[in-house]
Amino acid sequence: MKAQHDMRTPARRVRGLGPAHSGTTDFWHQRLTSFAGVFLTIALFVVIISMLGRSHAAAVQILGSPIVAVIMLLFILNSVYHMWIGMQEIILDYVHDDKYKFLSLMLNTFFCVAVGLASAFAILKLSFGV
Amino acid sequence: MADSKAGTAATRRPRPLSPHLQIYRPMLTMIMSIVHRITGGALYFGTLLLAWWLISAASGPNAYATFEAFVGSFIGRVILFGYTWALLHHMLGGIRHLIWDTLHGFQPAEREWLTVATLVGSIALTLVVWVIGYIALGGPR
Repeated sequence: MKAQHDMRTPARRVRGLGPAHSGTTDFWHQRLTSFAGVFLTIALFVVIISMLGRSHAAAVQILGSPIVAVIMLLFILNSVYHMWIGMQEIILDYVHDDKYKFLSLMLNTFFCVAVGLASAFAILKLSFGV
Repeated sequence: MADSKAGTAATRRPRPLSPHLQIYRPMLTMIMSIVHRITGGALYFGTLLLAWWLISAASGPNAYATFEAFVGSFIGRVILFGYTWALLHHMLGGIRHLIWDTLHGFQPAEREWLTVATLVGSIALTLVVWVIGYIALGGPR
């Protein structure tokens, strides 16, 4: 059992305190999404340049085509996760008052989820052509 | 500064402070680190532009025309140009950090070179992207 290697006292374990075992998750995920982001950013530029000056009908057709739609979805979802971690790090660095800290952490999450969901919904709507 | 109210003039003396930003001479690597964070923060709000683009395309020709009118205006193009630079600068800065994560490029000359390359590269790439963009549009309009 895990308890054999547990250095915490029984009381501490029962209270649910001790390490969260997720200390480096944000660090690793930020690297993961930054690496993916390099390729997705290049792909985004190709998509945008290919769409410059096109009519709405042509834009819908390009954005709705499966490959472009998947690239855009990957870019958006990768970006909002990356920027969610990044803004959280900035908030934790500069906002020390608990009230404002938790409020801004909440707003950060709301913003990232809203931008990600709205963009993903738009791409899916264009793809499925409803 | 941090003296208690009980401290007299005789006992009052500046407490030792750990070195912080303001006592260092600004260095390029330090400034680029700050710029990396600033561009990240700008890109955070710049995603609104991306979301607007996608939603307007999904909404219909009228909404798309409104979006196009905005990005086609002078202010819109300035924002888009800044967004392009911020994205490329943040991307190159990120690559620099990934290189540093592998414990390479920490020699004084190397880290300076990497930092200059980030700045010069981001400006050059931004211009390249916009020149390609204008060629794709068929010349400046």
